[in-house]
Amino acid sequence: MFTLGLEHFLILSAVLFCIGLLGVLTQRNVIKVIMCLEIMLNAVNIALIAFSQYITPVALTGQIFAIFVMVVAAAEVAVGIAIVFSVYRNKESVDMENFNILKW
Amino acid sequence: MLELVFGLLSVIAVVSAIGVLVVRDIFRAALCLIVLFMTVAGVYLLLHADFLAIVQILIYVGAISVLIIVAIMLTRDARHGQPLGYLKYVAGVVAFLLFCAIAFGVINTAFTVQATPPLEQTIQPLGKSLFGDGGYFLIVEIAAVLLLSAILGAIAVIREK
Repeated sequence: MFTLGLEHFLILSAVLFCIGLLGVLTQRNVIKVIMCLEIMLNAVNIALIAFSQYITPVALTGQIFAIFVMVVAAAEVAVGIAIVFSVYRNKESVDMENFNILKW
Repeated sequence: MLELVFGLLSVIAVVSAIGVLVVRDIFRAALCLIVLFMTVAGVYLLLHADFLAIVQILIYVGAISVLIIVAIMLTRDARHGQPLGYLKYVAGVVAFLLFCAIAFGVINTAFTVQATPPLEQTIQPLGKSLFGDGGYFLIVEIAAVLLLSAILGAIAVIREK
């Protein structure tokens, strides 16, 4: 049996981040893209808190960064879903193909 | 014991993250995402971050997944597009290469791990560094302004003309 260390959390974080990246690059449904973005942000939070636990265990710098990442994630998902609604109202679709109306 | 819990949590987390990608029904994908959020909260508990585990449950499981499920309900019968062809494999290769690069970096870096035992509870030190002297109080204020502007922006975007 291995002993739990910083590397294991970082590898878990990397696996989740890459799964999220794969989803953002390949999914067609915009809501699924937002969900994969949330996976990526969670992976980053795991890495930050692991660093906080193992490298700055008293100052807790990584945990404070993780709190601000959560704030930005909440703001991002609210604005993102508002944009999805407003495009859905015009185009009747949530496919990534139709999210090109800003294209010149 | 901790290793066993960590292994179990990471298996559930990776399986549910893959489930978000591959499950066809988007509502079930959202349920997989909720499972992932809960296992991430468990990982936070393993890292002695008790406050952040509670915040993870409150914000992600309580608020963000509700927002996502409402979005799914309101856009339920959206038609599906064509699956993308070879670009899917390109994206897979890119994600795999990124993982290899990160894993290589993690394994080959000598982190200076502190031997200090973890704090018993983190709420008080977190509050002191967020709101106390010489802390992150300005950033807390900026975060408040960011959240307010995000709410106003969401309302402005979503409002019927």
